[in-house]
Amino acid sequence: MSKKTLSGVNSVATNVRGWVYLLPALLFLVAFMVYPLIDVFIYSFEEGYNSASQSSFGVGFYNYQYVLRDPYFLQAVKNTFILVIITVPTSTVLSLLISLGLNSIRALKHMFQTIFFLPYVTNTLAVGLVFMILFRKTPYSDGLVNLLIGKFGISPVDFIDGPYWAKMLVLSIYVIWIVMPFKILILTSALASVPEVYYQSARIDGTSSWRMFWRITLPMISPMIVYLVITGFIGAFKAYSDAVAIFGVDLNAAGMNTIVGYVYDMLYGDGGGYPSYASAAAIILFAIVLTITVINLIVSRKATDIT
Amino acid sequence: MNVKIENLTKVFPGMDRKSAGVTAVDDFTLDIPDGKLVCLLGPSGCGKSTLLYMICGLESPTSGKIFFGEDDVTDVPPEKRRVGLVFQNYALYPHLTVKQIIKFPLENVKGDARLSKEEMDKRALEVAKLVQIENLMDRKPGQMSGGQQQRVAIARALVKMPNVLLMDEPLSNLDARLRLQTREEIRRIQRETGITTIFVTHDQEEAMSISDMIIVMKDGLLNQIGKPQEVYDDPDNLFVACFLGTPKVNVFKGFVKGGGLFIGDDKQSERILDVKGVDDREVWIGIRPEGFKVDKDGKLTCDLSGVDVMGRDISVVCRNSNAEEVIRAIISAENEVDRDAKTVKFNVKPHKTYIFDKETEERIRFT
Repeated sequence: MSKKTLSGVNSVATNVRGWVYLLPALLFLVAFMVYPLIDVFIYSFEEGYNSASQSSFGVGFYNYQYVLRDPYFLQAVKNTFILVIITVPTSTVLSLLISLGLNSIRALKHMFQTIFFLPYVTNTLAVGLVFMILFRKTPYSDGLVNLLIGKFGISPVDFIDGPYWAKMLVLSIYVIWIVMPFKILILTSALASVPEVYYQSARIDGTSSWRMFWRITLPMISPMIVYLVITGFIGAFKAYSDAVAIFGVDLNAAGMNTIVGYVYDMLYGDGGGYPSYASAAAIILFAIVLTITVINLIVSRKATDIT
Repeated sequence: MNVKIENLTKVFPGMDRKSAGVTAVDDFTLDIPDGKLVCLLGPSGCGKSTLLYMICGLESPTSGKIFFGEDDVTDVPPEKRRVGLVFQNYALYPHLTVKQIIKFPLENVKGDARLSKEEMDKRALEVAKLVQIENLMDRKPGQMSGGQQQRVAIARALVKMPNVLLMDEPLSNLDARLRLQTREEIRRIQRETGITTIFVTHDQEEAMSISDMIIVMKDGLLNQIGKPQEVYDDPDNLFVACFLGTPKVNVFKGFVKGGGLFIGDDKQSERILDVKGVDDREVWIGIRPEGFKVDKDGKLTCDLSGVDVMGRDISVVCRNSNAEEVIRAIISAENEVDRDAKTVKFNVKPHKTYIFDKETEERIRFT
């Protein structure tokens, strides 16, 4: 009722003007987002598409069948899922702990905030190089990390070119390290925005700090945590440069490829030049991310029911 | 439980070493009797909230002592003082239901004192009934009006059966009509529970209407303690006289000479009252709006600006060169005032007229 009267007589003119304002952004979105998306979808169903001749043999599910049977792709899917399952919860919980710490200290608070945010402005490839040097075991040196774990009586492991779980461990630590600054930034500001008066009230009522955290802090910042988990999942599913930074470009050989890495290899890698397979893999990734995000949203909506 | 405060002082340190600290509460000593509703009244920034926060333990005093009954609670942390505090903005947890909020303090209790689930529910319901929100138990704060939220905040403060109930400007977020209703509610709840209640407000009308005792503060200093009517009728200084009552007291420049009170200076003035036992000196003269009598032969002449009819009473608005602000006199509607006249003449009632020292602004009593 009120909406009708609000838009009223000018509704047509207002609409036209609105669309005109949106037009520049829409043009770019359609040209660079919507059209490629549809194109990728079409490629993924065209068998043996050749970008030079712009021709294909036919239409069908062949590309999907190929990709889903490709051991490299299956390895990439496995790697990606393991990476997601390890890094998203770990980085979120660690960030929350650090943010709680940052929020409760007074002295040097800003200095620590800056230190924890520094990785965010550091080049990821440079960080990857440092990680590689720290973890690498060469004939000449065991590397710093091996030196440290050697103190606890653990025999040296080649983390960069050794067993699968050693490599996965380094990759996970690296990804966690890379994504934490942003999460800490978001969570410290979320924590700071919880009104002090809730804690004062809880204190007067004799609430333990443990209970304050679970009953007040966590529910109040839960929307931000949900945001971080969802974007964390999406980000981790799209991981690629992280693996490259540590293991180099030949990820298939290292057994450390990710789904996005597989797509890239199919397009431009040594055995590349297969846009159809790349498209099929990209669409599969899209389906996975979409499903996980929807599940995330449904679960979180139940968990954070603040009316 | 009676609350006793001895020489309580709170100094907030300055932002850096150069700037001096701010004394929010200055050497306060007072005794709040058991089971009374007491108002801390003063203008914004006078330190009344700081005093309240020291009583509940959220602020620690710079010096001085606080007693609940016989116990010195000065160094007791807030959670062990058994106080209920109603915050200005209520501080209701937005994600919990009313029932969960009211039960929250009970669930904090550990050990033998912890009630069973059924007892908690029962207690929560009792308190909810007391503040009349038992039909809102499953709502969340966002789904309630300001007045309802206020009641939930009071219920949460009462559910743990506190020694003292503290309220920090509890009515300031409500609209005018609701404020009237709610203050009656607070009065009723306080009477029914008999809990010693300390209530912070800057609204003198609010303080006058519901409290057993008023504590008037200014700039961290205790100005006057007493029953509302006593403080109104017998203010100790110019500030208290001005702060209590609407319209406020009318202040004139004047002097005392030879046992007579004069408005104005030496050149042109009329003796408006006999004041025995007061030495000759310059003074401030405060006259309550109801302290004027319209009289053709009145001693006090003012320039008439207007007459407002308020039904039972009429309000005469006028000016006098010896008063900085507009003078308002409230007189019974039975009196006739000529609206077209340029001037109006008054006599004043002695018990509604106060004189204050020019320098110290302390009250000078006369007979």
